[in-house]
Amino acid sequence: MIPRGTQHAALLPEPASVVEQIRLARSRASLRFRLTFVAAWVVLVGGFVYLLVSGGKFDVGFVSTWWRFILGGAGITILVAIVSIVLAVVFAVLGALGRLSKHATVYAVATLYVSIVRGTPLIVQVIFVYLALPQIIPEAAKVPAIELGIFALAFNYGAYMTEIFRAGIQAVPGGQREAAEALGMREGQVMRRVVLPQAIRIVIPAIGNEFISMLKDSALVSLITVQELLWRANTVGSENFKTLETLSIAAAVYWLLTIIFSLFQDRLERRLAAGDR
Amino acid sequence: MSVALGEVVVHGSGIHKFFGQNHVLRGVDLDVRQHETVVIIGRSGSGKTTLLRCLNFLEEPSLGSVTIGDINVDADPLRTRSRQHREKIRQLRMRAGMVFQEFNLFPHMTVLQNCIEAPVHVRGVPRAAAIETAERFLNKVHLSEKRDEYPARLSGGQKQRAAIARALCMEPQVLLFDEPTSALDPELIGEVVVVMEELAHEGSTMIVVSHEMQFAREAADRVVYVEEGLILEEGTPEQILDDPQRDETRQFLRRLLLR
Repeated sequence: MIPRGTQHAALLPEPASVVEQIRLARSRASLRFRLTFVAAWVVLVGGFVYLLVSGGKFDVGFVSTWWRFILGGAGITILVAIVSIVLAVVFAVLGALGRLSKHATVYAVATLYVSIVRGTPLIVQVIFVYLALPQIIPEAAKVPAIELGIFALAFNYGAYMTEIFRAGIQAVPGGQREAAEALGMREGQVMRRVVLPQAIRIVIPAIGNEFISMLKDSALVSLITVQELLWRANTVGSENFKTLETLSIAAAVYWLLTIIFSLFQDRLERRLAAGDR
Repeated sequence: MSVALGEVVVHGSGIHKFFGQNHVLRGVDLDVRQHETVVIIGRSGSGKTTLLRCLNFLEEPSLGSVTIGDINVDADPLRTRSRQHREKIRQLRMRAGMVFQEFNLFPHMTVLQNCIEAPVHVRGVPRAAAIETAERFLNKVHLSEKRDEYPARLSGGQKQRAAIARALCMEPQVLLFDEPTSALDPELIGEVVVVMEELAHEGSTMIVVSHEMQFAREAADRVVYVEEGLILEEGTPEQILDDPQRDETRQFLRRLLLR
């Protein structure tokens, strides 16, 4: 009788070559999946655009004259979204510290902020800041619309992100705070130097999501004459009765922007996950 | 014991601690002298960790007082938000270095940054001087080559040694160890114990809550047995570990050996 080991060696291929074959098969399957995915998108989106253009209702000539002007609004959209999200983070940190405060008044103020903002529509807040606020604070009338719009967006997102930051701060292990306290740090130092830096890492993926929402919600400041993407599309479109063309461009640009920033966010998240933590 | 004991550095008196209705510490007095190493033993739930945490007010005692060096703080659980009281606690903590079971290194800082963080930002030591001190203590815990690594890249034993260096960098009058080897894989315990023994032999003042009987034998000047929130028995390692007078101590030691 043949010893077991020899028998197997005779029947089976080399282990290394099996591993290699599995790896090849997997990478082929994965490539096929991705190619099919891209092909499906090209067919679907291309087909849709073709139907739109070939239908005769879509004025391609108009688009070729005006697309540059409309696209120029995308820069303002991105600017508004970035400045707003940065300012929103500031509001959110303050809000979160307030919501975690043992000081009743501070807690009350922070909770009121979150409650009012979350309890009213963003569109109301944007229009309010532009039309109603100057009636109480006359100086607000002199502030450029874009700054008022950024303030409204940041104030609103800050309230939603307050809860994100609160959760982030609470997710930092209690031992971190204890270690900092045991070293003699003051309360403010513990928060600033130990807890917040860790909390921010925890909430960065969530901030990315908020930023992508912000890109789209920033369209609301078109209502207060900020000449961003939607405002340009809407203005050019209505004046020439070509809203199908201009709004399609605007929608496509918003979509592209969100795709680009989502990819960017994916990479950031992966880097954070693999980082020095 | 290689260094003669000095005067009393840590003086805890009449320490009580309630967690709700649960009376965890029931009037503990503990004096520790300069250069002395005290090992606190006892079963889990006996209150030994709470006692240690009361000494630097990570737990506010319900009653009693703690003196470390020139700072005395009376328990004042109802006025914990008073500024003066908090400042005294902070002063107390600056005099006591703490080493935790779970290391609690700051993950967003390198080992060196962990070590200089409090000296620079709490004690106001110039950065260059703090780095010099940190390098000296990192060398002492045999971790010089890891000074620029982040904690995530260290083994458990290395993390704990870094945490010991961090505590040493504040040049405290006493080191408090809360089960420093309990979270370590067995093969990593040795390197931490060696460092602790070296510190003890060099005359550091240490209070150590631990189940490492070998460490107690090697390094302790005094072993304290705690049960149900009271010190039941204390003495030299030989007295307590080899010839305990109380049944409770004897039972505890027997169970520990059977593990």
